[in-house]
Amino acid sequence: MAYALKTKGTKGACLCFMGDGATNQGSFYESLNLASLWNLPVIYVIENNGYSMGTSESRHSAGEPLARRGEAFDIDWSVHQGHDLYEVRSAIHNALSRARENSRPSVLEIVTYRYRGHSVADPDQTYRSKEEIEEYKENKDPINLFRDKLLKEGVLTDDKIKALDKAAKDEAEASAEFALASPFPDVSELMDDVYWETDNPEEKSSSGTIFFESSR
Amino acid sequence: MAEITYREALNQALSEEISRDSNVVLMGEEVAQFKGSYKVSEGLLEEFGPERIIDTPISEAAFSGLAVGAAMMGMRPVVEFMFWSFSYVAFDQIFNNAASVRYMSGGLVNVPIVFRGPANGGTNVGATHSHTPENFAANTPGLKVICPSTPADAKGMMKAAIRDNDPVCVMENTILYNLKGEVPEDEDFIIPLGKARIALEGNDLSIIAHGRSVQVALQVAETLEEKHGVSAEVLDLRSIRPLDLEAILETVKKTNRVLLVEENKPFCGVDAQIAYLIQEHAFDHLDAPVKRISAIDVPQAYSKELENFQIPNHDRVLAKAMELL
Repeated sequence: MAYALKTKGTKGACLCFMGDGATNQGSFYESLNLASLWNLPVIYVIENNGYSMGTSESRHSAGEPLARRGEAFDIDWSVHQGHDLYEVRSAIHNALSRARENSRPSVLEIVTYRYRGHSVADPDQTYRSKEEIEEYKENKDPINLFRDKLLKEGVLTDDKIKALDKAAKDEAEASAEFALASPFPDVSELMDDVYWETDNPEEKSSSGTIFFESSR
Repeated sequence: MAEITYREALNQALSEEISRDSNVVLMGEEVAQFKGSYKVSEGLLEEFGPERIIDTPISEAAFSGLAVGAAMMGMRPVVEFMFWSFSYVAFDQIFNNAASVRYMSGGLVNVPIVFRGPANGGTNVGATHSHTPENFAANTPGLKVICPSTPADAKGMMKAAIRDNDPVCVMENTILYNLKGEVPEDEDFIIPLGKARIALEGNDLSIIAHGRSVQVALQVAETLEEKHGVSAEVLDLRSIRPLDLEAILETVKKTNRVLLVEENKPFCGVDAQIAYLIQEHAFDHLDAPVKRISAIDVPQAYSKELENFQIPNHDRVLAKAMELL
Protein backbone atom coordinates (compact mmCIF):
# COMPACT_ATOMS: atom_id res chain seq x y z
CA MET A 1 0.00 0.00 0.00
CA ALA A 2 2.90 2.32 0.82
CA TYR A 3 4.34 1.51 -2.59
CA ALA A 4 1.04 2.45 -4.26
CA LEU A 5 0.87 5.71 -2.30
CA LYS A 6 4.36 6.57 -3.44
CA THR A 7 3.79 5.52 -7.05
CA LYS A 8 0.55 7.44 -7.32
CA GLY A 9 2.15 10.49 -5.71
CA THR A 10 -0.31 10.51 -2.81
CA LYS A 11 0.99 12.02 0.41
CA GLY A 12 0.34 9.46 3.10
CA ALA A 13 1.66 6.49 4.96
CA CYS A 14 0.78 2.88 5.52
CA LEU A 15 0.65 1.80 9.16
CA CYS A 16 1.38 -1.88 9.37
CA PHE A 17 0.47 -3.46 12.72
CA MET A 18 1.77 -6.75 14.01
CA GLY A 19 2.38 -8.53 17.29
CA ASP A 20 5.72 -9.42 18.82
CA GLY A 21 5.33 -12.98 17.55
CA ALA A 22 4.98 -11.91 13.90
CA THR A 23 8.44 -10.35 13.93
CA ASN A 24 9.85 -13.87 13.78
CA GLN A 25 8.36 -14.52 10.36
CA GLY A 26 10.67 -14.31 7.38
CA SER A 27 8.33 -12.08 5.40
CA PHE A 28 8.91 -9.34 8.06
CA TYR A 29 12.57 -9.06 7.05
CA GLU A 30 11.85 -9.29 3.33
CA SER A 31 9.38 -6.48 3.80
CA LEU A 32 11.80 -4.32 5.82
CA ASN A 33 14.40 -4.74 3.11
CA LEU A 34 12.04 -3.62 0.32
CA ALA A 35 10.67 -0.72 2.38
CA SER A 36 14.14 0.66 3.01
CA LEU A 37 15.54 -0.18 -0.41
CA TRP A 38 12.63 1.52 -2.19
CA ASN A 39 12.14 4.33 0.37
CA LEU A 40 8.53 3.47 1.13
CA PRO A 41 6.32 5.50 3.49
CA VAL A 42 5.46 2.67 5.86
CA ILE A 43 5.41 2.47 9.64
CA TYR A 44 5.82 -0.99 11.14
CA VAL A 45 4.13 -0.96 14.53
CA ILE A 46 5.08 -3.90 16.72
CA GLU A 47 2.48 -4.18 19.45
CA ASN A 48 4.60 -6.11 21.91
CA ASN A 49 2.37 -7.56 24.59
CA GLY A 50 5.06 -9.98 25.68
CA TYR A 51 3.44 -13.13 24.39
CA SER A 52 2.98 -14.71 20.98
CA MET A 53 -0.09 -16.71 21.96
CA GLY A 54 1.34 -18.59 24.94
CA THR A 55 5.05 -18.19 24.23
CA SER A 56 6.71 -15.38 26.14
CA GLU A 57 9.11 -13.02 24.44
CA SER A 58 12.09 -14.50 26.27
CA ARG A 59 11.18 -17.90 24.82
CA HIS A 60 10.48 -16.67 21.25
CA SER A 61 12.97 -13.95 20.42
CA ALA A 62 16.69 -13.45 20.42
CA GLY A 63 18.20 -10.04 19.87
CA GLU A 64 15.95 -7.69 21.79
CA PRO A 65 14.54 -5.14 21.59
CA LEU A 66 12.53 -6.36 18.62
CA ALA A 67 12.45 -2.96 16.92
CA ARG A 68 16.25 -3.05 16.68
CA ARG A 69 15.78 -5.51 13.85
CA GLY A 70 15.11 -2.46 11.65
CA GLU A 71 18.71 -1.35 12.22
CA ALA A 72 20.06 -3.99 9.83
CA PHE A 73 18.10 -2.31 7.02
CA ASP A 74 18.98 1.29 7.96
CA ILE A 75 15.46 1.90 9.21
CA ASP A 76 14.84 4.31 12.09
CA TRP A 77 13.55 2.37 15.07
CA SER A 78 12.48 3.10 18.61
CA VAL A 79 10.78 1.49 21.59
CA HIS A 80 7.89 3.15 23.45
CA GLN A 81 5.76 2.50 26.48
CA GLY A 82 2.24 1.74 25.39
CA HIS A 83 0.76 2.88 28.69
CA ASP A 84 1.97 6.44 28.04
CA LEU A 85 -0.49 7.95 25.59
CA TYR A 86 1.55 11.08 24.93
CA GLU A 87 4.69 9.08 24.24
CA VAL A 88 2.89 6.88 21.71
CA ARG A 89 1.27 9.86 20.06
CA SER A 90 4.58 11.63 19.67
CA ALA A 91 6.33 8.52 18.34
CA ILE A 92 3.62 7.97 15.72
CA HIS A 93 3.74 11.65 14.82
CA ASN A 94 7.49 11.51 14.19
CA ALA A 95 7.21 8.34 12.15
CA LEU A 96 4.35 9.80 10.10
CA SER A 97 6.42 12.89 9.35
CA ARG A 98 9.32 10.70 8.29
CA ALA A 99 6.98 8.79 5.98
CA ARG A 100 5.17 11.78 4.54
CA GLU A 101 8.06 14.21 4.25
CA ASN A 102 11.00 11.92 3.49
CA SER A 103 9.29 8.77 2.26
CA ARG A 104 11.21 6.66 4.75
CA PRO A 105 10.02 3.69 6.80
CA SER A 106 10.13 3.35 10.61
CA VAL A 107 9.86 0.49 13.04
CA LEU A 108 8.08 1.36 16.31
CA GLU A 109 7.87 -1.13 19.10
CA ILE A 110 5.04 -0.31 21.51
CA VAL A 111 5.38 -2.23 24.76
CA THR A 112 1.94 -3.16 25.97
CA TYR A 113 -0.01 -5.97 27.61
CA ARG A 114 -3.20 -7.97 27.30
CA TYR A 115 -5.53 -8.94 30.12
CA ARG A 116 -7.25 -11.77 28.32
CA GLY A 117 -5.95 -14.87 26.58
CA HIS A 118 -4.85 -14.75 22.94
CA SER A 119 -8.18 -16.09 21.69
CA VAL A 120 -11.20 -18.10 22.77
CA ALA A 121 -8.97 -21.15 22.51
CA ASP A 122 -6.60 -19.78 25.17
CA PRO A 123 -7.76 -20.51 28.74
CA ASP A 124 -4.80 -18.39 29.87
CA GLN A 125 -3.73 -20.73 32.65
CA THR A 126 -0.41 -22.19 31.61
CA TYR A 127 2.07 -19.49 30.74
CA ARG A 128 1.72 -16.48 33.07
CA SER A 129 0.63 -15.69 36.57
CA LYS A 130 -2.49 -13.94 37.81
CA GLU A 131 -0.16 -11.67 39.80
CA GLU A 132 1.51 -10.48 36.62
CA ILE A 133 -1.85 -9.47 35.16
CA GLU A 134 -2.91 -7.73 38.36
CA GLU A 135 0.40 -5.92 38.57
CA TYR A 136 -0.11 -4.40 35.11
CA LYS A 137 -3.70 -3.45 35.81
CA GLU A 138 -2.59 -1.77 39.01
CA ASN A 139 0.36 0.21 37.65
CA LYS A 140 0.24 0.46 33.88
CA ASP A 141 -3.34 0.37 32.66
CA PRO A 142 -3.19 3.05 29.92
CA ILE A 143 -6.79 4.19 30.35
CA ASN A 144 -6.51 4.54 34.11
CA LEU A 145 -3.18 6.33 33.86
CA PHE A 146 -4.54 8.80 31.32
CA ARG A 147 -7.66 9.30 33.41
CA ASP A 148 -5.58 10.09 36.49
CA LYS A 149 -3.44 12.50 34.52
CA LEU A 150 -6.46 14.39 33.18
CA LEU A 151 -7.98 14.42 36.65
CA LYS A 152 -4.81 15.92 38.08
CA GLU A 153 -4.71 18.52 35.30
CA GLY A 154 -8.30 19.45 36.02
CA VAL A 155 -9.54 18.47 32.58
CA LEU A 156 -11.76 15.78 34.08
CA THR A 157 -13.83 15.57 37.25
CA ASP A 158 -15.03 12.44 39.04
CA ASP A 159 -18.52 13.05 37.73
CA LYS A 160 -17.33 13.41 34.16
CA ILE A 161 -15.34 10.19 34.50
CA LYS A 162 -18.38 8.33 35.77
CA ALA A 163 -20.45 9.69 32.90
CA LEU A 164 -17.81 8.72 30.33
CA ASP A 165 -17.49 5.24 31.80
CA LYS A 166 -21.22 4.77 31.75
CA ALA A 167 -21.56 6.03 28.17
CA ALA A 168 -18.81 3.65 27.01
CA LYS A 169 -20.35 0.68 28.82
CA ASP A 170 -23.79 1.51 27.46
CA GLU A 171 -22.44 1.71 23.94
CA ALA A 172 -20.67 -1.63 24.27
CA GLU A 173 -23.77 -3.18 25.78
CA ALA A 174 -25.97 -1.84 22.99
CA SER A 175 -23.53 -3.12 20.35
CA ALA A 176 -23.53 -6.59 21.88
CA GLU A 177 -27.32 -6.60 22.06
CA PHE A 178 -27.56 -5.43 18.46
CA ALA A 179 -25.18 -8.21 17.37
CA LEU A 180 -27.08 -10.87 19.27
CA ALA A 181 -30.42 -9.67 17.94
CA SER A 182 -29.20 -9.55 14.32
CA PRO A 183 -29.95 -12.54 12.12
CA PHE A 184 -27.13 -14.68 10.76
CA PRO A 185 -26.44 -14.24 7.03
CA ASP A 186 -28.55 -16.33 4.71
CA VAL A 187 -26.93 -19.31 3.00
CA SER A 188 -27.61 -17.55 -0.31
CA GLU A 189 -24.96 -14.97 0.68
CA LEU A 190 -22.23 -17.58 1.08
CA MET A 191 -20.97 -17.10 -2.45
CA ASP A 192 -21.02 -13.31 -2.49
CA ASP A 193 -17.81 -11.27 -2.58
CA VAL A 194 -15.52 -14.04 -3.88
CA TYR A 195 -14.99 -12.72 -7.42
CA TRP A 196 -15.66 -9.22 -8.69
CA GLU A 197 -17.04 -10.83 -11.83
CA THR A 198 -19.66 -12.99 -10.15
CA ASP A 199 -20.85 -9.97 -8.17
CA ASN A 200 -21.00 -7.83 -11.32
CA PRO A 201 -22.50 -10.20 -13.89
CA GLU A 202 -23.55 -7.40 -16.21
CA GLU A 203 -19.90 -6.35 -16.65
CA LYS A 204 -18.47 -9.86 -16.70
CA SER A 205 -15.97 -10.56 -19.47
CA SER A 206 -15.16 -14.22 -18.79
CA SER A 207 -17.35 -17.24 -19.33
CA GLY A 208 -17.42 -20.79 -18.05
CA THR A 209 -17.97 -22.38 -14.66
CA ILE A 210 -16.28 -20.65 -11.74
CA PHE A 211 -17.98 -22.29 -8.73
CA PHE A 212 -17.97 -26.07 -8.60
CA GLU A 213 -20.35 -26.75 -5.74
CA SER A 214 -22.99 -24.10 -5.50
CA SER A 215 -25.01 -23.10 -2.45
CA ARG A 216 -27.70 -21.77 -4.78
CA MET B 1 -1.28 -11.52 -38.97
CA ALA B 2 2.34 -11.77 -37.95
CA GLU B 3 3.94 -15.04 -36.99
CA ILE B 4 5.68 -14.57 -33.66
CA THR B 5 6.80 -16.68 -30.74
CA TYR B 6 4.88 -17.32 -27.52
CA ARG B 7 7.57 -15.24 -25.77
CA GLU B 8 7.06 -12.30 -28.15
CA ALA B 9 3.31 -12.64 -27.78
CA LEU B 10 3.59 -12.27 -24.00
CA ASN B 11 5.95 -9.34 -24.48
CA GLN B 12 3.43 -7.62 -26.78
CA ALA B 13 0.60 -8.21 -24.32
CA LEU B 14 2.64 -6.70 -21.48
CA SER B 15 3.82 -3.77 -23.56
CA GLU B 16 0.34 -2.96 -24.85
CA GLU B 17 -1.31 -3.18 -21.44
CA ILE B 18 1.42 -1.15 -19.72
CA SER B 19 0.91 1.53 -22.42
CA ARG B 20 -2.84 1.37 -22.12
CA ASP B 21 -3.23 1.71 -18.35
CA SER B 22 -0.90 3.71 -16.11
CA ASN B 23 -1.81 1.43 -13.19
CA VAL B 24 -0.10 -1.56 -14.78
CA VAL B 25 3.46 -2.31 -13.66
CA LEU B 26 5.63 -5.39 -14.08
CA MET B 27 7.77 -6.54 -11.18
CA GLY B 28 9.90 -9.55 -10.40
CA GLU B 29 13.39 -10.90 -10.28
CA GLU B 30 15.51 -9.86 -13.27
CA VAL B 31 12.58 -8.46 -15.25
CA ALA B 32 14.21 -5.10 -16.03
CA GLN B 33 17.97 -4.77 -16.55
CA PHE B 34 18.50 -8.46 -17.20
CA LYS B 35 15.52 -8.32 -19.64
CA GLY B 36 13.80 -11.25 -17.93
CA SER B 37 15.24 -14.65 -17.09
CA TYR B 38 13.52 -15.95 -20.21
CA LYS B 39 13.59 -12.62 -22.05
CA VAL B 40 9.83 -12.23 -21.88
CA SER B 41 10.26 -8.62 -20.76
CA GLU B 42 12.99 -7.76 -23.26
CA GLY B 43 12.85 -4.09 -24.29
CA LEU B 44 10.21 -3.11 -21.73
CA LEU B 45 12.63 -1.29 -19.41
CA GLU B 46 13.84 0.83 -22.33
CA GLU B 47 10.26 1.51 -23.37
CA PHE B 48 8.69 2.24 -19.98
CA GLY B 49 11.50 2.98 -17.52
CA PRO B 50 12.29 1.63 -14.06
CA GLU B 51 9.10 2.97 -12.47
CA ARG B 52 6.99 0.56 -14.51
CA ILE B 53 9.40 -2.34 -15.03
CA ILE B 54 10.74 -3.09 -11.59
CA ASP B 55 13.61 -5.34 -10.58
CA THR B 56 13.07 -6.90 -7.17
CA PRO B 57 15.36 -8.67 -4.73
CA ILE B 58 14.96 -12.43 -4.38
CA SER B 59 12.03 -11.91 -2.02
CA GLU B 60 8.89 -13.46 -3.49
CA ALA B 61 6.95 -13.05 -0.26
CA ALA B 62 7.79 -9.34 -0.05
CA PHE B 63 7.12 -8.34 -3.64
CA SER B 64 4.01 -10.51 -3.95
CA GLY B 65 2.69 -9.01 -0.72
CA LEU B 66 3.61 -5.52 -1.87
CA ALA B 67 1.80 -6.11 -5.16
CA VAL B 68 -1.31 -7.36 -3.36
CA GLY B 69 -1.32 -4.15 -1.29
CA ALA B 70 -0.81 -2.07 -4.44
CA ALA B 71 -3.70 -3.90 -6.16
CA MET B 72 -5.90 -3.17 -3.14
CA MET B 73 -5.04 0.50 -3.73
CA GLY B 74 -6.19 0.34 -7.35
CA MET B 75 -2.98 -0.52 -9.19
CA ARG B 76 -2.78 -3.49 -11.55
CA PRO B 77 0.55 -5.16 -10.82
CA VAL B 78 1.88 -8.02 -12.91
CA VAL B 79 4.15 -10.15 -10.73
CA GLU B 80 6.62 -12.41 -12.48
CA PHE B 81 7.89 -15.56 -10.82
CA MET B 82 11.06 -16.86 -12.41
CA PHE B 83 9.39 -20.24 -12.00
CA TRP B 84 6.00 -20.89 -10.43
CA SER B 85 7.99 -23.22 -8.17
CA PHE B 86 9.40 -20.09 -6.54
CA SER B 87 5.93 -18.85 -5.71
CA TYR B 88 5.88 -21.46 -2.95
CA VAL B 89 7.74 -19.06 -0.65
CA ALA B 90 4.94 -16.55 -1.29
CA PHE B 91 2.11 -19.01 -0.65
CA ASP B 92 0.64 -16.85 2.09
CA GLN B 93 0.57 -13.75 -0.09
CA ILE B 94 -1.11 -15.50 -3.04
CA PHE B 95 -3.33 -18.11 -1.47
CA ASN B 96 -4.16 -16.44 1.83
CA ASN B 97 -4.12 -12.76 0.91
CA ALA B 98 -4.79 -12.19 -2.80
CA ALA B 99 -7.46 -14.89 -2.88
CA SER B 100 -9.26 -13.83 0.30
CA VAL B 101 -9.13 -10.04 0.49
CA ARG B 102 -12.30 -9.49 -1.51
CA TYR B 103 -14.24 -12.05 0.51
CA MET B 104 -12.96 -10.84 3.86
CA SER B 105 -13.68 -7.20 3.01
CA GLY B 106 -17.28 -8.03 2.13
CA GLY B 107 -16.61 -7.19 -1.51
CA LEU B 108 -15.25 -3.72 -0.72
CA VAL B 109 -11.66 -4.30 -1.84
CA ASN B 110 -10.67 -5.84 -5.17
CA VAL B 111 -7.31 -7.39 -5.98
CA PRO B 112 -6.71 -6.91 -9.73
CA ILE B 113 -3.35 -8.65 -9.84
CA VAL B 114 -1.63 -11.05 -12.24
CA PHE B 115 0.84 -13.63 -11.00
CA ARG B 116 2.72 -15.10 -13.96
CA GLY B 117 5.66 -17.25 -14.91
CA PRO B 118 6.55 -20.66 -16.24
CA ALA B 119 5.09 -23.78 -14.61
CA ASN B 120 6.40 -26.81 -16.39
CA GLY B 121 8.76 -29.70 -16.48
CA GLY B 122 10.74 -31.02 -19.39
CA THR B 123 13.75 -28.75 -19.18
CA ASN B 124 15.92 -30.82 -16.89
CA VAL B 125 15.90 -28.33 -14.02
CA GLY B 126 15.02 -30.72 -11.23
CA ALA B 127 12.37 -31.24 -8.59
CA THR B 128 12.36 -27.75 -7.07
CA HIS B 129 12.04 -25.84 -10.37
CA SER B 130 9.42 -27.88 -12.20
CA HIS B 131 6.14 -27.55 -10.34
CA THR B 132 2.77 -27.20 -12.06
CA PRO B 133 0.56 -25.67 -9.35
CA GLU B 134 -2.50 -24.95 -11.49
CA ASN B 135 -4.40 -27.47 -9.36
CA PHE B 136 -3.49 -25.69 -6.09
CA ALA B 137 -4.50 -22.36 -7.54
CA ALA B 138 -7.73 -23.70 -9.02
CA ASN B 139 -8.50 -25.28 -5.66
CA THR B 140 -8.57 -21.80 -4.14
CA PRO B 141 -11.81 -19.86 -4.56
CA GLY B 142 -10.98 -16.23 -5.31
CA LEU B 143 -8.21 -17.07 -7.77
CA LYS B 144 -8.50 -17.57 -11.51
CA VAL B 145 -6.04 -19.79 -13.36
CA ILE B 146 -5.11 -19.98 -17.02
CA CYS B 147 -2.61 -22.08 -18.99
CA PRO B 148 -2.25 -20.70 -22.52
CA SER B 149 -0.81 -23.17 -25.02
CA THR B 150 -0.29 -21.09 -28.18
CA PRO B 151 1.23 -17.68 -28.98
CA ALA B 152 -2.16 -16.19 -29.83
CA ASP B 153 -3.66 -17.42 -26.57
CA ALA B 154 -0.62 -16.22 -24.64
CA LYS B 155 -1.25 -12.71 -25.90
CA GLY B 156 -5.03 -12.61 -25.81
CA MET B 157 -5.36 -14.29 -22.44
CA MET B 158 -2.54 -12.30 -20.79
CA LYS B 159 -4.30 -9.10 -21.88
CA ALA B 160 -7.59 -10.42 -20.50
CA ALA B 161 -5.84 -11.35 -17.23
CA ILE B 162 -4.36 -7.87 -16.80
CA ARG B 163 -7.73 -6.22 -17.45
CA ASP B 164 -9.49 -8.63 -15.08
CA ASN B 165 -10.61 -7.25 -11.71
CA ASP B 166 -9.84 -10.51 -9.89
CA PRO B 167 -6.46 -12.15 -9.18
CA VAL B 168 -5.33 -14.27 -12.12
CA CYS B 169 -2.54 -16.87 -12.08
CA VAL B 170 -1.01 -17.26 -15.54
CA MET B 171 0.94 -20.50 -15.92
CA GLU B 172 3.31 -20.29 -18.86
CA ASN B 173 5.79 -22.82 -20.15
CA THR B 174 9.48 -22.38 -20.91
CA ILE B 175 9.34 -24.95 -23.71
CA LEU B 176 6.49 -23.08 -25.36
CA TYR B 177 8.35 -19.74 -25.23
CA ASN B 178 9.92 -20.49 -28.64
CA LEU B 179 6.74 -21.85 -30.21
CA LYS B 180 5.71 -19.79 -33.22
CA GLY B 181 2.21 -18.99 -34.36
CA GLU B 182 0.04 -16.34 -35.90
CA VAL B 183 -0.97 -13.62 -33.49
CA PRO B 184 -3.36 -10.73 -34.19
CA GLU B 185 -1.82 -7.27 -33.90
CA ASP B 186 -5.02 -5.61 -32.75
CA GLU B 187 -4.44 -3.83 -29.44
CA ASP B 188 -7.81 -4.95 -28.18
CA PHE B 189 -7.28 -8.59 -29.12
CA ILE B 190 -8.64 -10.31 -26.03
CA ILE B 191 -9.36 -13.97 -25.45
CA PRO B 192 -11.90 -14.17 -22.65
CA LEU B 193 -11.03 -16.39 -19.71
CA GLY B 194 -13.10 -19.55 -19.39
CA LYS B 195 -13.41 -20.26 -23.09
CA ALA B 196 -11.93 -23.55 -24.31
CA ARG B 197 -10.80 -24.05 -27.90
CA ILE B 198 -11.16 -26.99 -30.26
CA ALA B 199 -7.54 -27.35 -31.38
CA LEU B 200 -8.43 -30.16 -33.76
CA GLU B 201 -11.78 -31.54 -34.83
CA GLY B 202 -12.34 -35.28 -34.75
CA ASN B 203 -14.96 -37.95 -34.17
CA ASP B 204 -13.59 -41.07 -32.51
CA LEU B 205 -11.97 -39.84 -29.35
CA SER B 206 -11.62 -36.61 -27.38
CA ILE B 207 -8.25 -35.65 -25.96
CA ILE B 208 -8.69 -32.88 -23.41
CA ALA B 209 -5.53 -31.08 -22.34
CA HIS B 210 -4.09 -27.79 -21.12
CA GLY B 211 -0.73 -26.07 -21.46
CA ARG B 212 1.99 -27.82 -23.40
CA SER B 213 0.09 -31.10 -23.17
CA VAL B 214 -2.13 -29.65 -25.91
CA GLN B 215 0.85 -29.67 -28.27
CA VAL B 216 1.61 -33.29 -27.30
CA ALA B 217 -2.05 -34.20 -27.82
CA LEU B 218 -1.94 -32.70 -31.32
CA GLN B 219 1.11 -34.81 -32.22
CA VAL B 220 -0.62 -37.92 -30.89
CA ALA B 221 -3.75 -37.07 -32.88
CA GLU B 222 -1.63 -36.88 -36.00
CA THR B 223 -0.15 -40.33 -35.35
CA LEU B 224 -3.59 -41.75 -34.60
CA GLU B 225 -4.85 -40.44 -37.91
CA GLU B 226 -1.85 -41.52 -39.97
CA LYS B 227 -1.07 -44.89 -38.44
CA HIS B 228 -4.39 -46.06 -37.07
CA GLY B 229 -7.03 -44.24 -39.06
CA VAL B 230 -8.46 -42.80 -35.85
CA SER B 231 -9.91 -39.31 -35.83
CA ALA B 232 -9.16 -37.63 -32.49
CA GLU B 233 -10.61 -34.33 -31.36
CA VAL B 234 -8.31 -32.17 -29.25
CA LEU B 235 -9.85 -29.72 -26.79
CA ASP B 236 -7.54 -27.10 -25.32
CA LEU B 237 -8.98 -26.00 -21.97
CA ARG B 238 -6.94 -22.77 -21.98
CA SER B 239 -8.50 -21.71 -18.69
CA ILE B 240 -8.74 -23.94 -15.61
CA ARG B 241 -10.82 -21.65 -13.43
CA PRO B 242 -13.21 -20.52 -14.82
CA LEU B 243 -13.62 -23.80 -16.68
CA ASP B 244 -15.46 -24.28 -19.96
CA LEU B 245 -17.54 -27.21 -18.79
CA GLU B 246 -19.91 -26.81 -21.73
CA ALA B 247 -17.12 -27.36 -24.27
CA ILE B 248 -15.89 -30.40 -22.32
CA LEU B 249 -19.33 -32.00 -22.30
CA GLU B 250 -19.89 -31.15 -25.95
CA THR B 251 -16.81 -33.01 -27.14
CA VAL B 252 -17.50 -35.95 -24.82
CA LYS B 253 -21.03 -36.23 -26.20
CA LYS B 254 -19.63 -36.08 -29.72
CA THR B 255 -16.96 -38.80 -29.48
CA ASN B 256 -18.08 -40.77 -26.40
CA ARG B 257 -14.48 -41.57 -25.47
CA VAL B 258 -12.21 -39.30 -23.53
CA LEU B 259 -8.56 -39.10 -22.64
CA LEU B 260 -7.39 -36.40 -20.24
CA VAL B 261 -3.77 -35.27 -20.55
CA GLU B 262 -1.93 -32.96 -18.20
CA GLU B 263 1.53 -32.30 -16.82
CA ASN B 264 0.10 -32.02 -13.31
CA LYS B 265 0.78 -34.86 -10.89
CA PRO B 266 -2.17 -37.25 -10.76
CA PHE B 267 -3.48 -37.06 -7.19
CA CYS B 268 -5.97 -34.19 -6.96
CA GLY B 269 -4.70 -32.89 -10.29
CA VAL B 270 -6.89 -30.72 -12.50
CA ASP B 271 -8.00 -33.73 -14.53
CA ALA B 272 -9.29 -35.51 -11.41
CA GLN B 273 -11.93 -32.77 -11.17
CA ILE B 274 -12.63 -32.90 -14.90
CA ALA B 275 -13.08 -36.68 -14.84
CA TYR B 276 -15.57 -36.22 -12.00
CA LEU B 277 -17.50 -33.56 -13.92
CA ILE B 278 -17.66 -35.74 -17.03
CA GLN B 279 -19.06 -38.73 -15.15
CA GLU B 280 -21.53 -36.48 -13.36
CA HIS B 281 -22.85 -34.69 -16.42
CA ALA B 282 -22.23 -37.08 -19.33
CA PHE B 283 -22.16 -40.57 -17.83
CA ASP B 284 -24.66 -41.93 -20.31
CA HIS B 285 -22.62 -40.63 -23.22
CA LEU B 286 -19.48 -42.59 -22.33
CA ASP B 287 -18.65 -45.74 -24.27
CA ALA B 288 -15.56 -46.36 -22.13
CA PRO B 289 -14.21 -45.27 -18.75
CA VAL B 290 -12.50 -41.88 -18.75
CA LYS B 291 -8.74 -42.38 -19.12
CA ARG B 292 -6.20 -40.05 -17.76
CA ILE B 293 -2.50 -39.49 -18.20
CA SER B 294 -0.49 -37.16 -15.97
CA ALA B 295 3.10 -36.76 -14.91
CA ILE B 296 4.35 -39.91 -13.19
CA ASP B 297 3.71 -39.54 -9.49
CA VAL B 298 7.15 -38.78 -8.08
CA PRO B 299 9.07 -35.51 -7.57
CA GLN B 300 10.27 -34.17 -10.90
CA ALA B 301 13.21 -36.24 -12.13
CA TYR B 302 16.45 -34.41 -12.85
CA SER B 303 17.76 -36.97 -15.33
CA LYS B 304 16.69 -35.87 -18.78
CA GLU B 305 15.87 -39.42 -19.85
CA LEU B 306 13.70 -40.00 -16.81
CA GLU B 307 11.97 -36.67 -17.01
CA ASN B 308 11.16 -37.13 -20.68
CA PHE B 309 9.38 -40.29 -19.68
CA GLN B 310 7.82 -38.79 -16.57
CA ILE B 311 5.84 -36.01 -18.21
CA PRO B 312 3.16 -37.13 -20.67
CA ASN B 313 5.13 -37.68 -23.88
CA HIS B 314 3.93 -38.72 -27.32
CA ASP B 315 4.41 -42.46 -26.80
CA ARG B 316 2.81 -42.65 -23.38
CA VAL B 317 -0.19 -40.60 -24.49
CA LEU B 318 -0.54 -42.66 -27.68
CA ALA B 319 -0.48 -45.93 -25.74
CA LYS B 320 -3.18 -44.65 -23.38
CA ALA B 321 -5.28 -43.45 -26.32
CA MET B 322 -5.07 -46.91 -27.90
CA GLU B 323 -6.48 -48.43 -24.71
CA LEU B 324 -9.65 -46.44 -25.34
CA LEU B 325 -10.27 -47.66 -28.86
